[in-house]
Amino acid sequence: MLGWERMETARTRLDPVTVGLLALGFAVLLIGFYLALVAPPDQQQGYLVRILYLHVAAAWTGYLAFVVAGIYALFYLFTNRPAYDRVSAASAEIGLWLSLLMVLGGMMWARPTWGVYWVWEPRLTSVAVMIAVYVGYFLVRQAIEDPEMRAKAAAAVAILGVINIPITYMSVYWWRSIHQTASIDIINRKVHMAPAMLEALLVNLLAFTLIYLGFVRLKGYLAARQALKEGFDG
Amino acid sequence: MRLKYWIGLLLIAGAVGYLIWGGLGKSLVYFITPSEYFQDPAKYAGKRIRLGGIVKAGTIRYDPKTLKLEFVLTDGVTEVPVHHRGTPPALFKERQGVVVEGKFRGKVFYGDNLLVKHSETYQPPKEGYTPEEVRKLIREAK
Repeated sequence: MLGWERMETARTRLDPVTVGLLALGFAVLLIGFYLALVAPPDQQQGYLVRILYLHVAAAWTGYLAFVVAGIYALFYLFTNRPAYDRVSAASAEIGLWLSLLMVLGGMMWARPTWGVYWVWEPRLTSVAVMIAVYVGYFLVRQAIEDPEMRAKAAAAVAILGVINIPITYMSVYWWRSIHQTASIDIINRKVHMAPAMLEALLVNLLAFTLIYLGFVRLKGYLAARQALKEGFDG
Repeated sequence: MRLKYWIGLLLIAGAVGYLIWGGLGKSLVYFITPSEYFQDPAKYAGKRIRLGGIVKAGTIRYDPKTLKLEFVLTDGVTEVPVHHRGTPPALFKERQGVVVEGKFRGKVFYGDNLLVKHSETYQPPKEGYTPEEVRKLIREAK
């Protein structure tokens, strides 16, 4: 009824795709790290610009992770397959860590440039709301014991939570903000970055994406193992 | 046993609600420009406001001994003399976008918090600079 029969077929060994994604991701991250260190300093902020390669890569993959969590939550509600719930939870968790990494990098950068670590302006406020919603997502998961109820409630939060992503992304365009608009400006189709900096950013973005994909698969796999074990125990 | 998670959830829901209805509402108009202020000064009378604009070239006066900083903030139309106490942030310079928190007293804006807005454009120092000049630029940018 709860789909245990499917879980029994869950892989008991890590698949090569997951291992490959993680290995490739960390290899590309090393290249990205090197490129970030040889990229030229910015004419205004000097070497502080290097925080960008972490900050923007973490922000984008964080958004991606939350969107994927929402999509798999939708899949779950349509099919009731616990595997989709596990992928959704795995993606949301990694998205939360990536968002915290993004905020940490942003704060390190904001202190020497703006003059403060944190300020309640539209972009930062909408990010705070987004992070609070996904902390709430995990509290929902902890608060509900029945697996099916838990998965349904969590799916609702994950789907509604996606609304945060366009709001957060567009906040710097919709409202007056101290946060600069995107340097790779998708809205106006312009790139405001020197080629060497852009290259370093894109390589780091690729690395973060590969590592994200690998970690979602790894988390999903671990959750499947756990569900299998709990299924036997119960 | 799950009660503590429900309490936590309630706290988070409260925080999100507060941020959206209280915080976001206030921060949506994060700063006003000098022109907007002078359109309706009565509206902001005696209130703390955030004034945003560009630091007018050639108007910065800073005394490191008393930490007194004076400059003219402009939005291209209206200019406001700003008095601020404290070390300016590293990137504070002429023609830079800034947001000052404080109050008007007469025609002068007294700021107690100064934020520098960074542009979204990232460029290395211009071609033809010697490494020494680049290092100097970076030192100045710090």
